[in-house]
Amino acid sequence: MASPMTVTEKILAAHARKSHVLPGENVWVDVDVLMTHDVCGPGTIGIFKEEFGKDAKVWDKDRVVIIPDHYIFTADTKCHRNIQILRDFVKEQGLKYYYDPDFVTGGGMPNPYKDPTKTSYKGVCHKALPEEGHVRPGEILLGTDSHTCTAGAFGQFATGVGNTDAAFVLGTGKTWLKVPPSMKFAFHGQIPPYLTAKDLILAVIGEISVSGATYKSMYFTGEGVGSLSLEDRMTLTNMAIEAGGKNGVCDVDEKTLAYVRARSNRPNWNVYKDDPGSKYVFSHEWDLSTMEPLVAKPHSPDNKDTAHNCRSVKVDRAYIGSCTGGKITDMIFAASILKGNTVKVPTFVVPGSTEVHADMKRLNIAGEPKGPGEKSIEQVLLDAGCNLGPSGCSACLGGPVDTFGRLNTPITCISTTNRNFPGRMGHKEAGVYLASPLTVAASALTGHITDPREFVSEPIATGTAGVV
Amino acid sequence: MQQVITGKAYVLGDDIDTDQIIPAEHLKYNPSDPAERKFFGMYAMVGVPPAQSGLPKGNVKFVAEGEFTTPYTIVIGGRNFGCGSSREHAPLAIAEAGAKVVVAEFYARIFYRNCVNGGYLLPCESIQRLVGEVSTGDEVSVDIDAGKLINKTTGKTYQLRPLGDVKPIVDAGGIFAYARKSGMLAAK
Repeated sequence: MASPMTVTEKILAAHARKSHVLPGENVWVDVDVLMTHDVCGPGTIGIFKEEFGKDAKVWDKDRVVIIPDHYIFTADTKCHRNIQILRDFVKEQGLKYYYDPDFVTGGGMPNPYKDPTKTSYKGVCHKALPEEGHVRPGEILLGTDSHTCTAGAFGQFATGVGNTDAAFVLGTGKTWLKVPPSMKFAFHGQIPPYLTAKDLILAVIGEISVSGATYKSMYFTGEGVGSLSLEDRMTLTNMAIEAGGKNGVCDVDEKTLAYVRARSNRPNWNVYKDDPGSKYVFSHEWDLSTMEPLVAKPHSPDNKDTAHNCRSVKVDRAYIGSCTGGKITDMIFAASILKGNTVKVPTFVVPGSTEVHADMKRLNIAGEPKGPGEKSIEQVLLDAGCNLGPSGCSACLGGPVDTFGRLNTPITCISTTNRNFPGRMGHKEAGVYLASPLTVAASALTGHITDPREFVSEPIATGTAGVV
Repeated sequence: MQQVITGKAYVLGDDIDTDQIIPAEHLKYNPSDPAERKFFGMYAMVGVPPAQSGLPKGNVKFVAEGEFTTPYTIVIGGRNFGCGSSREHAPLAIAEAGAKVVVAEFYARIFYRNCVNGGYLLPCESIQRLVGEVSTGDEVSVDIDAGKLINKTTGKTYQLRPLGDVKPIVDAGGIFAYARKSGMLAAK
C-alpha cells in the first residue's frame, strides 16, 4: 500500500504518469488547459514563435484558451494592438476557445457591449474559465495570471505561470513542477450571514502572512467550506497566491459536480480525495461562529484587522469587482445591504464577467429570475447611486490611466479586490482596504469602514445565482 | 553563466511585489517587440514608494528619469521578493534595465521561476538578511561558484544558498535551452 497522498499530490502524480509523488520531487506533467490573456498573451506568443518557429502549431488547439480581460476599456492604442495580436494568433492557429471583445474595432475608448448576452467578450478570465466549461476536478490548468489558482475551488490543480513557461506549454503540452508540501486550513460550522469567504481568506493570510504558503499547496476543507457556495469557494482559492501559495484546492462535492456537469466542455474528469494520514506541514482550524468581518489594511493583504476596529477610518471610494469580488453572489451580497439606501462615497461596480452582468439584469436580489415589477440586482445598485462599469479586470490592478474606477489620486478606497501593495489600484500613495462585499457595501453607505453586522442579521439568499 | 558579477548595489525592503517592480500601466508594451521592450527598463521599479527606493536613505531612483538603463548591477531585497502577479515583465524589466542578479532572503515562487526559466536574472538567496548590511551604491561582488557576496565598500562577506535543483536550468540559460540540452526538445 502506497503512502497516503493529498489531493494536489494525487493530481500531480496522475499527470506525471506516476503512482506516487513526494513533496520536493520535480516532475514533468501533462497540462490539460493553458489560458492566457491580453497582457501576457503577446509576450507568450512572441516566445513561442521564437523558440518553435514562425510556422509552429500549438500542441492542442482545443486546450488553449484565450480570454482578453485586462485592458479592454481604454483608448490606449497599444492595448488595442495587443488584442489584435491575440486575434491574429487565434486565426492562424485555429483555436477553438477565444472570447473576443468584438466592440474593440478602432481608435478611441471603445463603446462597450450594449447587451452582455450578445457579445463574444467575457470579462475576467478566472470567472469566464468555469462559465465556459474549462475547469474540471482532477485536471491541471495553467494560466499566465497569478489568480489562475482560483480554479482550485473545483478540485483541480491550477496555478499561474510566466510567458516563457506558457510558451513552453504551448509547444509541448508539458511543464516541470516541484511537488509542493501541503498546508491544511479547516473551517468548522456554517457560514454566518455577515461573513463571506473573503473574511475567511483574509483570516488565513493574516495568520500565515503574505509569504506563509510560498512554494506550498493550500488545502481548504471542513464543513464550513462545504457550507460556502461554489462561487464563494472561488474567493478562497483565488487569494491563495496572496499568501504565496502555489495552488489552493477545495474538496469536490455535489455543488461542484452540479456546476461542472452543466458547464464542462469535456465529458470526463477524475475526483481525487485527500487520503487519511496524508502529510501536512501546517494545519490551522477556525470556528466560523467565532469569526468576525475582517479587512486587510494598506499596504499588504496580511495586514489584518477587524472591520469594527477600523470604524474610524474614513473612505473616499468603494469598489466592488474583480475575479475575487465581482461574481454574481458578491453582487447579491452588496445589493442586499445597498437596497433602498444611498451610497455616501463614490462606489464603482464592475461585473466579473458579461455573464455576471447579464445575471445582474436578469435576477432579483434573492438570486431568482425577477418577476414583473421586481427590481434587478443592477437596478438596486444603480438606485443606490453606484457607478456601473463594463465587465473586466478594470481598476483592480490599476491599468491604463483612463481605466474605470482607477485610483488616480492618493485617496482611501475599500475594495472587494485581492491585493493592496503600494500602487496596485493606481496611485502609489493611495490606501486600499481589502474587504468582503458586505463590508464594502456597508462602508459605502456610511463613508467609513463599517462592520456589516450593523446591516445584516438575516441570512442572505442567493437562490439560483452562480449555482449551475 | 558569468561566475563573478561585480557592480553597484540597489537595496529594497520586504514584499517588493511585481506591481512595484513594473506597474500595470506599463504592461501595454509588447516584450517581444525590441523597440517596445526597452521601455520595461525605463520603468523598472518606478512603483516602489520613494521612501523605500534605494535603502537605507531612500529617494534613489533605480533608473534615472528619461533613461533606459540603471547604474546598479545587483539588486538586494528582503523577504518575499517578487510577490504578487505572474507577470514575466517583472524580471524582464530588471534585466532590461541592465541588472544581472537579485539577492534576497527568499522569493515568491512565480517570480523565481520566471527569472530561471526565462533566463533573465540570477535569483540568489542570502542566508542572512542583507538589507541593512548593504547600502545602495555600495560596490558589491557576487561569486556564484563560491556562493558568496562580498561588500567591497565595507569589506564584509556573506554566504549565499546553493542554487540546488534549478542549477542545470540556470547553467543552460533558461528552460528552452535546458530542454534542448537534455534532449527533450529538438535542437533549434
